[in-house]
Amino acid sequence: MRSLLLAGTALLTLAGTAVQANAQVSDNVVRIGVLNDRSGIYADLAGEGSAIAARMAAEEFGNKVAGAPIEIIVADHQNKADIAASKAREWVDTGGVDAIADVPNSAAALAVQGITKDKKRIFLMSGPGATALSGAQCSPYGFQWTYDNYAMAAGTGRALVEQGKKKWFFVTADYAFGQSLEEETTKMVKSLGGTVAGAVRHPLGTSDFSSFLLQAQGSGADVIGLANAGGDTVNAVKQAAEFGITQAGQSLAGLLMFISDVHALGLQAAQGLMFTEGFYWDMDDQTREWSKKFEEKSGRKPTMVQAGVYSAVKHYLKSVEAAKTDDSDKVAAKMRELPVEDMFARKGKVAANGRMFHDMYLVQVKTPAESKGAWDYYKIVKTIPADTAFMDPKQSGCTLVK
Amino acid sequence: MFSLLGVPSQVLFGQLLLGLINGSFYALLSLGLAVIFGMLNVVNMAHGALYMVGAFVAWLLLTYAGVGYWGALVLAPIAVGLVGLVLERTMLRRLYKVDHLYGLLLTFGLALIFEGAFRHQYGVSGQPYPIPDLLKGGQNLGFMFLPNYRGWVIVASLVVCFGTWFAIERTKLGAYLRAATENPTLVQAFGINVPVMVSLTYGFGVALAGLAGVLAAPIYQVSPLMGSNLIIIVFAVVVIGGMGSIMGAIVTGLGLGLLEGLTKVFYPEASNIVVFVIMAIVLLIKPAGLFGRER
Repeated sequence: MRSLLLAGTALLTLAGTAVQANAQVSDNVVRIGVLNDRSGIYADLAGEGSAIAARMAAEEFGNKVAGAPIEIIVADHQNKADIAASKAREWVDTGGVDAIADVPNSAAALAVQGITKDKKRIFLMSGPGATALSGAQCSPYGFQWTYDNYAMAAGTGRALVEQGKKKWFFVTADYAFGQSLEEETTKMVKSLGGTVAGAVRHPLGTSDFSSFLLQAQGSGADVIGLANAGGDTVNAVKQAAEFGITQAGQSLAGLLMFISDVHALGLQAAQGLMFTEGFYWDMDDQTREWSKKFEEKSGRKPTMVQAGVYSAVKHYLKSVEAAKTDDSDKVAAKMRELPVEDMFARKGKVAANGRMFHDMYLVQVKTPAESKGAWDYYKIVKTIPADTAFMDPKQSGCTLVK
Repeated sequence: MFSLLGVPSQVLFGQLLLGLINGSFYALLSLGLAVIFGMLNVVNMAHGALYMVGAFVAWLLLTYAGVGYWGALVLAPIAVGLVGLVLERTMLRRLYKVDHLYGLLLTFGLALIFEGAFRHQYGVSGQPYPIPDLLKGGQNLGFMFLPNYRGWVIVASLVVCFGTWFAIERTKLGAYLRAATENPTLVQAFGINVPVMVSLTYGFGVALAGLAGVLAAPIYQVSPLMGSNLIIIVFAVVVIGGMGSIMGAIVTGLGLGLLEGLTKVFYPEASNIVVFVIMAIVLLIKPAGLFGRER
């Protein structure tokens, strides 16, 4: 009788701890929502590829973390900030989502940052570039992972000014991201003694750039900086070649380009372009191995945004595991405490403002003769060490930095 | 050398010429739409998608069959025209007797299906299509560098536009067509096969969209989204020109291209809405459009 009682107590205690262990994870599942553009101009650089990358990170944990299953869900924000905001709110309020990942398009990301900050949910940004996300608009729960406009401006801007190309003209996408990219590059160029001859703002999703390029040509600038992304950049580069802009002696700088853009342009049109990247699949054995797995699932090599989603989700899961809970405050603290170590980032670390510091790369697109085949596109000109690649958190304007 | 509001004349001329090039695209696309609406009373929302299909056919021909630009210029419009014939025969035909809205909904649905299918297959970044060797390079006009290919686009679309206008407004075949839209029963009584004529008209209208697609392929990325970027503007052009008016579509297309070009110099942020502002004004003052007649 006594032993039975003991056994019963033991069982209850066990059951109790089991319940308790699970109670640490809200509604017994760690749910990550990948929110991005799945059908518009950023669908190839993020889109389903980002969801695949997130799933690959979850699979490495056996789809289970801190005793609870991991669930990855996806949605399309159609590059609209209001849709992104209402989806994020729906996920957090009724969908039991613990973390939102990716969210390219800075306007959409700024909207989501506001919501995740209010509702205390982790926000893993891989796609958006606006520096405000880890600056004036920073959040204790927001992490900007892959790149930001400062890193792009610092990498590409500095390299070109150092080559003596000091007079700039900007062709800028007319929304939060483009304006922020132009601003950061302008600051960098001016601080190194360069000048800005002018800028023209075009609507997102423009197909004909000839008018803007002609204005840029007329400005007499040494460099035309393309402060846009995705399909806009691709069309601009293609039409710049058509109008003989580079042959006439002006340089073209893609301030934010992805390997998917180079793939779409073809090497003939893209050769010689220099820009800053956060990731290249053909860097070492680790990146090649992961990218091969990714390609088997998606049919393409990963962009830095997709690789960044993998890294951010993996670090998040690692932090949930270490904190033994999905409580946002505890997980966010762990994310800042643990080093980031995976195929995307070596010795990466998360700063107080939510910026993840890792090495960036200045790359140049190969000529058709140099390339050995599909996706063999980059020469890595220079590795930009993490501490100079990104803005000093103290200067970011983020109130979390003391 | 003079300047207007601080913009030197050189820049201005360059922008006007570019506006004319874009305008010739608008004219070519809105022409097809106007022909289809004028003759069939169908608001063809699939026009942009078929323009995209035309560009993709050119790309597919080049990539998988080795057929170059000049071959595609003939084959792609034929292929798109055949697609149009099939659509008209199997689906659109059933809707002539009901409200216009049904035709609009059907073609809108078709446009989404076409775009979705190509997006699924080829992604959104698009595929590169080279400029044909014969038209590479460009001319220095003094005030701007004009790529040969863009010059060719203006010439080709103007020829096609005025050819189409002439065929419909000035030939006997065109007269039959116009008569058939006014009173199909009577025209049929004269021994003319009206249903076949209507099918061919739709096929021809969408073939024009396919042709515009081939012309656009070397300039823009061949991408599933290229049609939806353009179609709204083209609809505005047709509305401003007067629904169904062929000359209206051509003149308005070119005119709005110019206007958009100027906007890109003086206030680029507004370049994608200026067309719609004009549309609103025209609709308020002359609801039938600039060249339309009240029915």
